[in-house]
Amino acid sequence: MGLFIAQLLTGLANAATLFLVASGLSLIFGVTRIVNFAHGSFYMLGAFAGYSLMQVLPGAIGFWASVLLSGLIVGVIGVIVEILVLRPVYKAPELFQLVATFGVILVIQDLALMIWGAEDLLGPRAPGLKGVVRIMGEPVPKYDLALIAITPFVLFGLWYLITRTRVGVLVRAATQDREMVAALGVNQSWLFTGVFFLGAALAGLGGAIQLPKGGADLLMDFNILAAIFVVVVIGGMGSLPGAYIAAVLISVLNVFGVSYLPQSTLVLMFVVMAVVLTIRPYGLLGREEVVGEHGQVGEPERPIKPAGTKARLLVGALLIALLALPAVGSHFLVILATDIIIFCLFAASLHFLLGLGGLVSFGHAAYFGGGAYVAGLLVTHAHAPMELAFLLAPVGAGLAAVIVGWLCLRLTGVYFAMLTLALAQLLWSLVFQWDEFTGGDDGLVDIWPASWLSESNSYFYFTVIVGVGGIILLRHIAHSPFGYALRASRDSQRQAEATGINTKRVQWMAFTLAGALAGVSGALFVFSKGSVFPNELEIAKSFDALIVVFLGGVKTLSGGVVGAASLELVKDYLTRFEYWRLTLGLLIIVVVILAPHGIVGSLRKLYDKVFGSNDDPDSTGLNTPGTTQSRDMPGGVSGGGVS
Amino acid sequence: MNGEVATDISNAVLAVQGLSKSFGGIHAVTDVHFQIAKGELLAMIGPNGAGKTTCFNMLMGQLSPTNGSVFLMGENITGMKPRKVWRKGVGRTFQITGTYQSMTVIENIQMALISHHRKLYSIRPYATRLYREEAMSLLELVGMAEQAERACAILAYGDLKRLELAIALCHQPQLLLMDEPTAGMAPRERIALMQLTADIVQEKNLSVLFTEHDMDVVFAHAHRVMVLNRGQLIANGSVEQIRHDATVREVYLGGGSVFADETVGDVRA
Repeated sequence: MGLFIAQLLTGLANAATLFLVASGLSLIFGVTRIVNFAHGSFYMLGAFAGYSLMQVLPGAIGFWASVLLSGLIVGVIGVIVEILVLRPVYKAPELFQLVATFGVILVIQDLALMIWGAEDLLGPRAPGLKGVVRIMGEPVPKYDLALIAITPFVLFGLWYLITRTRVGVLVRAATQDREMVAALGVNQSWLFTGVFFLGAALAGLGGAIQLPKGGADLLMDFNILAAIFVVVVIGGMGSLPGAYIAAVLISVLNVFGVSYLPQSTLVLMFVVMAVVLTIRPYGLLGREEVVGEHGQVGEPERPIKPAGTKARLLVGALLIALLALPAVGSHFLVILATDIIIFCLFAASLHFLLGLGGLVSFGHAAYFGGGAYVAGLLVTHAHAPMELAFLLAPVGAGLAAVIVGWLCLRLTGVYFAMLTLALAQLLWSLVFQWDEFTGGDDGLVDIWPASWLSESNSYFYFTVIVGVGGIILLRHIAHSPFGYALRASRDSQRQAEATGINTKRVQWMAFTLAGALAGVSGALFVFSKGSVFPNELEIAKSFDALIVVFLGGVKTLSGGVVGAASLELVKDYLTRFEYWRLTLGLLIIVVVILAPHGIVGSLRKLYDKVFGSNDDPDSTGLNTPGTTQSRDMPGGVSGGGVS
Repeated sequence: MNGEVATDISNAVLAVQGLSKSFGGIHAVTDVHFQIAKGELLAMIGPNGAGKTTCFNMLMGQLSPTNGSVFLMGENITGMKPRKVWRKGVGRTFQITGTYQSMTVIENIQMALISHHRKLYSIRPYATRLYREEAMSLLELVGMAEQAERACAILAYGDLKRLELAIALCHQPQLLLMDEPTAGMAPRERIALMQLTADIVQEKNLSVLFTEHDMDVVFAHAHRVMVLNRGQLIANGSVEQIRHDATVREVYLGGGSVFADETVGDVRA
């Protein structure tokens, strides 16, 4: 009994940090509709800032002052990020801002590395709260008890701020209808900045307050990201009490998981999330989200046309150039080209889902890594020949996509995105912790192509044929009736349903197809490297694909491929330098600001400006905002009109 | 149910019996009965919040009724999904247009035709090359042929409404449901759109059920008018009968609806 209570208390104490960080994320999303990927980075900065301050400020007062100051400092950093990076891109198409926040992650990672070094820092213990208290014989750290006591006050304070003050009224109003709030004379930009300050400060506080328990290191940002997304989604987007309950639930379960099911600690969180969302699709205390009514839809995508003769010739020329590469280029160049093609196919499969289907999957790495692991496992355990493993990889990835798609497509918008992320993480944690079967952290090695492909150049040709073939296939499907049905389901689900299109089935099939093709790219990957590790399933991998799709241009057909090729090339060049993340992050931010329609989209706009075009929605001015915004998002609940 | 009603059901294009819908404690629609005959243009009018759109959503399957049944050509379609109802022969236009913004005008039609021909899951042909002539003739029917290749996103609102009408005709429906077809349009465009609808209805011998706030439009084109107030059908008759119905006047004049004065003025003029 004593042990049980002690563990319960540890869980409650751990919930403090999780709640602080998650509530910040929830607030920022609620008001600005920005999925702030950099929220984990704010948390990390809070920890580092707190560490440095605690070195300087002595005693108990110094400790708590450091915690508060860290919150303040990170809040200010949040404001800087908002003003410099996000303000220029608020007008960009939906979700484009998350690319910018991804750039911020990279920049902050390297800045932290420069300032605090690569060593993990051990957090100082809180003066006056160093010992333990015995509860029924079990030791419980005093600091834990302090955290348990503090959190409800923070929750109450935030709740009071949101529900009982004028600022809170504005925040809630903006969460529901930003345009209306702006029309009532509220300066939106400062409201956004204010919310960013508060959200970042909460993350900073969370980082500093956990120092005595966890210290500070450079992996904190990504490590907490999945957990806070899970907390926000389980609690219900925008619900602070929900976030608290979810934080407690996750933390307590985690503590018990560590003692009773040590192999499943990572999986547990995502299982809980999947269960909660199956029973309550909008979280414990969340309400159904009306997507598309306050999202930034941006200008509609242009009609697409099958490639003309010129474009076909260009692609043909590129293909010939690729096939000639081994003859003229170095071995290194061939390997680079292989990597690029594989990444391009992966990105193209996500683009199919995201661009054409409007289905924002945050967990697409599950199918890339999934395909790689299916092939790898077949070779390792069943000694399957490469050909068989290669064929079964997309089947396995496709099956995973069938299941995930079925679970996720009942949700829409950001809930859909979060659930795809959680399920991808579920797969990742399964692979990571199931040592005997998947090799865990050590991955699977010695997975080489069949003898007829064993020469590196022949595998390159194979990659060109399969990879480019896959990309062309996806592109063709985009022009086929199925591709059109997918776009129709995105553009107006209500019209599509009213004209006989089973939109959910179309989306489900698209999800499966995208998963299977990501599986193909995963199979190409595993046989080109000869090994696969769990990081191919990680959030970071999913984000990579997301970033390139947005960077290339969501609303253009070739956006995914162009984005992937550019990023992979730039990355290959930059990683030679020590602080390549900083450079890459800044580069991404600059591209985001200069080319808010993505690389392809913005180039096309430039082309139109220079050479003129009469069907450009911008130039005709006929595009009534009312009609563009009536476009309902996939699964939107706004169907049928309102009486 | 007696024998007489049963015969009525199989004769009518649409027969609605005892349709009711409550949201929690609010009775949005209560016990509505009506039928539509072949070739009939039936208007459903009533103040805002009378339950017109709720009624529509139940007919088309967006909402399932708390009580009552809907029969299409004698077949019970109550609670069927919108796409099933469409397959049975009901076309619908929306109060707020729902078109495919990323496609051209003709592609919007082609999309509906692809669904009509059950080619939705085909991945071989280019969608833009399918059923072009069929689509073109539908566009000609609604007077949009010249705009076929324009992007849907840059159309004027009135043209979107006409495009939606053409989309609704793709499955050769028996019945058109039009929810405020002329909302948000200039007066001249309203008359033109309804004239167009009336012509098409006559040519194809369709039935139409539409809701409308503009009494000019209603009295000019409807064959019969139903009046809904607070979820209940308070009148159902010819245009002349409705004009002189005391209860209807009470609802529109006494109820203090925003548009009542104008419309009655219009009616007198």
